[in-house]
Amino acid sequence: MIAEIGLAALWLAAALAVLELLGGFLGARDENNELTALVRPAAVMQGVLCGVSFLALVYLFAVTDLSVKLVAANSHSMKPLAFKLSGAWANHEGSMLLWITVMALAGGLIAFIERRLPEKTMMATLGTQAFVGLGFYLFILLASNPFERLSPVPADGNGLNPLLQDMGVSFHPPTLYIGYVGLSVAFSFALGALLTRQVTPEFARVMRPWVLGSWIFLTIGITAGSYWAYYELGWGGWWFWDPVENASLMPWLAATALLHSASVLAARDALRTWTIMLGVVAFSMSMVGTFLVRSGILTSVHAFAVDPERGSFILALLALYIGGALVVFAMRANTIAEGQRFALLSREGALVVNNVALSAILGIVLLGTLYPLLTEAFDVRVSVGPPYFNPVSAIFFLPMLVVLAVGPLLRWRTDNFARIKWPVIAIGVASLVALAVVLVFFDTSVLSLLGMGLSIGVAVASFLPLKGRAIRRVPLAVWGMCIAHFGVALALFGVAADTAFQKERLVAVSPGDTVEVGPWEATLASVSPVAGPNWTAMQGDIFVSYQGGEQTETLPQARSFWAPPGETSEVALVTRWNGQLYVALGNMAEDGRWQLRLWWKPFVTWIWYGGLLIALGGCLALVGRVVSDLRRRKAEQREEAMRTEEAELASA
Amino acid sequence: MMSGLKPKHQRLVLVVVALVALVGAGLLAALALRDQASYFYVPADIAADPPAPGQAIRLGGMVENGSITTAADGVTVQFVVQDGQARVPVSYSGIVPSLFVEGSGVVAEGSMNANGVFIADNLLAKHDENYMPRELEGMTSAELREELQETVE
Repeated sequence: MIAEIGLAALWLAAALAVLELLGGFLGARDENNELTALVRPAAVMQGVLCGVSFLALVYLFAVTDLSVKLVAANSHSMKPLAFKLSGAWANHEGSMLLWITVMALAGGLIAFIERRLPEKTMMATLGTQAFVGLGFYLFILLASNPFERLSPVPADGNGLNPLLQDMGVSFHPPTLYIGYVGLSVAFSFALGALLTRQVTPEFARVMRPWVLGSWIFLTIGITAGSYWAYYELGWGGWWFWDPVENASLMPWLAATALLHSASVLAARDALRTWTIMLGVVAFSMSMVGTFLVRSGILTSVHAFAVDPERGSFILALLALYIGGALVVFAMRANTIAEGQRFALLSREGALVVNNVALSAILGIVLLGTLYPLLTEAFDVRVSVGPPYFNPVSAIFFLPMLVVLAVGPLLRWRTDNFARIKWPVIAIGVASLVALAVVLVFFDTSVLSLLGMGLSIGVAVASFLPLKGRAIRRVPLAVWGMCIAHFGVALALFGVAADTAFQKERLVAVSPGDTVEVGPWEATLASVSPVAGPNWTAMQGDIFVSYQGGEQTETLPQARSFWAPPGETSEVALVTRWNGQLYVALGNMAEDGRWQLRLWWKPFVTWIWYGGLLIALGGCLALVGRVVSDLRRRKAEQREEAMRTEEAELASA
Repeated sequence: MMSGLKPKHQRLVLVVVALVALVGAGLLAALALRDQASYFYVPADIAADPPAPGQAIRLGGMVENGSITTAADGVTVQFVVQDGQARVPVSYSGIVPSLFVEGSGVVAEGSMNANGVFIADNLLAKHDENYMPRELEGMTSAELREELQETVE
């Protein structure tokens, strides 16, 4: 029954999307059309219905209703409840339902609260949102129904891939999806503004919180995903340039660029066409990512289903939406009037460089990700990894950091170098000193060296915009920028330091043996079997101490799951402020010794602290912008009220 | 500075700057991809056209029966990957995946050394014990290649 309710709600939502689509585009031509009044309610109801549908699926997973095919295929009665719940979206059908639910909720939210734009623009925006949503409704209802029943009912489910039985999974996909799909709103706003010729600073101000919100979720999602891969996959790496990781990085790069160009449009009424283009590109990258992950073209932890039919369906949607948006863009771009002019040396100029560099990195990542698919068409199998991505993206990333450091010091419209000479010298000196210290005392690669030097410079630079301001009066959005930029510096330092200084030991030891890795000593006390709810494991009991200090007990495990069968390595982590010790237990060698893999990773945690600071900066900026928008709106209303009052008085 | 230019010119300059950067990135990417992409080999490919020592490649094939030996350090394994036509000795230091057993399929990432030994940095075995049944051992390299595509990612 619950499954049928979920499915019915989804069909109803799809029907409402048709209504919203029609009403939206008719309303965009003539706002007095009868259907116009129905558009906003239709959008809001869709959000509600999708929410019902998604909750129905979560409920089915919670009670392990094995008569539902998806539950039987992906869940197991013995699984802990938290993983039963997250199992609802750790599969193809469920994740697509999550996608459309987020999309419908976002659409409902803009329909409900957004009243600043001209009604025609809003109608075109909501119509576009419904048009995009409709494709995904059809995809779910026709090609990936999560509520399909199964007969006969099996005795128990197949269980969930052991790698996915982790708290990271409860958190990571919903966060990323909110980010991906939140960008659909930016896409719809961009097309709405383009179709009704309303590419104005007001449009940028309305779109910005949505971009910012999606970007925050993407940032958190990528950071969490990176940490999850780091401790769960047991390889000690935090970024693999895996196609699926790239699929989340590409929308983030586009959203970062969009965020900055929308700021230019909102503040200075420049970069109009470019902002629209980025709005289209950002969500297109979300869809490309979904296509890569969901089509089965790639096989990895993330590719749940290998199904060419679904792949072609998503590819068709992709072609329709991206192609359609680009056609509209090509036809309308020349009707957008030139924005305000600015000098090369100005805040706008710096943001243009930032945007171009981000776009270039996006292109590089996209090409590298798609290249194996291209060569496969010629029957040549290749894989593209760090030797390509690291140096090639660094060529654009390092100059971008310089601009990131200097840009916020510049004034809008035009500036002269003499004014910012001293801060720039300070940043340069900080970078060079750091560079010299690393160069003299350590032997590192060029990229790590530059990374460390620049990260110090950026760290200093990130707080320079506060100089000369009354600290209490600094707007929240400026604090947000400073903190986010500092987060970039922190993450970069973590990346460079970990790459340059990490120490690795791989040994086979008997109980009682001690190994050294960097400043750490590790002693294996024993290895014993342990059992969990749906796994058994060998657990090492290892005492570690930093520079001969106090001993800490660590308990890494090699786990074996039985439903479905599989093995994972549960690593033990010892975190200090200046890095992390990473202990993985391997197999027993023939002579009874145990394999241990130990890493000392200096400053590695700074990568994720940096990521979180970037997200925190985004949150501050978002709160600051929304609060000041509300204030402005209130002031306008008060003025309006006063004017009406005066008019009434005058007429009396 | 640009503010001296007519509006139309500024837009043009911006477009040109963006295009130059993007095309530059594209060219750079294309060049780097040609050099840095790591190609997939089966032992027969290596016998026919050996890759340069040190060049990153992926090697896929079957672990020859009776070929796995563990070195005295307890963490280095040596084995032979074969595809029915050729054999390549492989050396790997690390924790081998649980599904890595003799007679099963494997994909190794790494490079050939000067002595014709493949030094693996990473071993991939599919997380599914039904993957590649033993009966398939005698298949041709083309069939093998097809089978192995599953394991490559």
